[in-house]
Amino acid sequence: MADIYLDNNATTACDLAVVDAMLPYFTEQFGNPSSIHRYADGVAKGIAKARRQIQALLGAQHDSEIIFTACGTESDNTAILSALKCYPNRKEIITTTVEHPAVLNLCKQLEKEDYTVHYLKVDGKGRLDMEEYRSLLTPNVAIVSVMWANNETGTLFPVVEMAELANAAGVQFHTDAVQAVGKVAMDLKATKIDMLSLSGHKLHAPKGIGVLYLKRGSRFRPLLRGGHQERGRRAGTENAASIVGLGVACEQAMQHMTYENTHVKALRDRLEAGILAAVPHAFVTGDPDNRLPNTANIAFEYVEGEAILMLLNKQGIAASSGSACTSGSLEPSHVMRAMDIPYTAAHGTIRFSLSRYNTTEEIDRVIAAVPPLIAQLRKLSPYWGENGPVADPEKAFAPVYA
Amino acid sequence: MWDYSETVKEHFYNPRNAGAVAEANAVGDVGSISCGDALRLSLKVNPDTDIIEDAGFQTFGCGSAIASSSALTEIIKGKTVDEALKVTNQDIAEYLGGLPPEKMHCSVMGREALQAAIANYRGEEWKDDHEEGALICKCFAVDEKLIEDTIRTNNLRTLQEVTNYTKAGGGCAACHEGIEEVLARVLAERGETYDPDAAPMLAPEPEPLPLAAQAPGKLTNFQRMRRIEQVIESIRPTLRRDGGDVEVVEVDGNTVYVNMTGACSGCQMASMTVSGIQQRLMEDLGEFIRVVPAGQMAQAAPAHAAGGH
Repeated sequence: MADIYLDNNATTACDLAVVDAMLPYFTEQFGNPSSIHRYADGVAKGIAKARRQIQALLGAQHDSEIIFTACGTESDNTAILSALKCYPNRKEIITTTVEHPAVLNLCKQLEKEDYTVHYLKVDGKGRLDMEEYRSLLTPNVAIVSVMWANNETGTLFPVVEMAELANAAGVQFHTDAVQAVGKVAMDLKATKIDMLSLSGHKLHAPKGIGVLYLKRGSRFRPLLRGGHQERGRRAGTENAASIVGLGVACEQAMQHMTYENTHVKALRDRLEAGILAAVPHAFVTGDPDNRLPNTANIAFEYVEGEAILMLLNKQGIAASSGSACTSGSLEPSHVMRAMDIPYTAAHGTIRFSLSRYNTTEEIDRVIAAVPPLIAQLRKLSPYWGENGPVADPEKAFAPVYA
Repeated sequence: MWDYSETVKEHFYNPRNAGAVAEANAVGDVGSISCGDALRLSLKVNPDTDIIEDAGFQTFGCGSAIASSSALTEIIKGKTVDEALKVTNQDIAEYLGGLPPEKMHCSVMGREALQAAIANYRGEEWKDDHEEGALICKCFAVDEKLIEDTIRTNNLRTLQEVTNYTKAGGGCAACHEGIEEVLARVLAERGETYDPDAAPMLAPEPEPLPLAAQAPGKLTNFQRMRRIEQVIESIRPTLRRDGGDVEVVEVDGNTVYVNMTGACSGCQMASMTVSGIQQRLMEDLGEFIRVVPAGQMAQAAPAHAAGGH
């Protein structure tokens, strides 16, 4: 039986059309696009075409607003550090408690360098308090960096509205849209978003290619300095094959946007409903009314995520977990903690993230596989008795220390 | 995904002795749901013989936590409680064919549950020495609390000192920033500022050299060989605690060929360990000694032979 891949928020398979488009750029079209001989022509044209394809998906006004980077992390870092350089007298940053480590860890570092970072809190469904946001928008803020969609829960943030508010306050606005691009329709030219990060491998392009969208007219300072590539905004010879692949992937994403939001969403809903109907003490995290169509983050109480993943993996099902043990840390996912998900559930969250390649048959196989393996682990758990969870697990299992 | 041994996977997929033991007269609880892993170990001990006749576990945790619990119950069944108390977390890890460094705390949890259960059987109170804090050095599985305590106790000031005292940071260097953060925090507690360029503490005055060292060249060949063996023997317990070992293969002039085995074989710190052995031998014998892994003996031999002509 074929394996089932439900970890598309971690990475996606390359679309075959993407691979086909890339292949000539490893062999026939190998020139350096900055050169002036004929070997460069085709490559430069390939990159230019990709830029237009990405522009189209993002709804950017100009293709020159697309800057190629190595990954979403580089784009995020560039955006934030650029703003700090552009506005050296502004020492504050606004972000959220549930950002990707590409933003959070940079912010933690910046705090050591005497910047003040305001972390917007989320409620139990992962939603922001817009009043808190408004109150923090002052002339001391250099940049707001807020993700468009959360990678764990899929919860969407109102970034278009937030960018309007930032713009009115004279503050640059960046969004990490790595999970949202290709799943959420975008028309950046109609927004006040100054910068946006995307990553190729989240939308069926290869790993190692990213984009920083930079609205024309927004102040900018490059992170990498060197050659004149990308109009001097990101030095380094272009990753031509991957850029061409990303262009095709963006074109494909446009074609499949409706499918993602109807068919894939229906599969996701079928998965959630099927699992929740069969597994007691399980619930979906995040904002059920406002989230990515492909993401289901389900918390299974009284069992641990990595153990669930191992049993799923044995059955050929790939998913991921916010469990601490998956990462080797002691704390469960910062997203679950930010939403105040109780420990009884936070350690047992499993993220199923779908793609357009998943089928109903696959989803039904997962629905059938999950309940027995949760029951198997609960049978081992000291927090699960004969007829369900023990009362007050924190007290029921309280080691007595001298 | 973690690189679990086949034995870990086998014990996770087919755990032995899962569930509470009927008529248990010893129960040990460690961990908590907030920590992400918890283990209740129940034992049926024969009060006449002190032999553990049955053992069962209930575990909330990851694959290696469940596998460690399963392994623990298998290891201790049939042992007396005194014998069982000698079981270390290393024994549990070895039984499983090893655990990733980040997962060694699962074996520690097993050992603690065993101690707690036996304390419960004996009507004693169990003293917890559970590791706390984040794992800082993944190469050598050193957690934040151990680093903090070692800095405080020994008045450490530099990264190199922390590495010398705890091994943390002696491997891939990925944790150096983390160690320096701990240093900065602990030093700040006593009103000091962490300085990455600070000179290390003054080394303690060396012990007076033994007589043999003060009189180089006075040892007969036999005495010299015995002396080398004695020094190596004195080093071995330290290496064994870390799952490794060393043995002398050959002594050729001032070159001592050794075999590093167990965890020392292929360890990222092997060259430092060899240097340490070399230093100890030089200090003890009072002469220049070169310690070389035995693997290099073949390459070295022809050159030596040529020199002899």
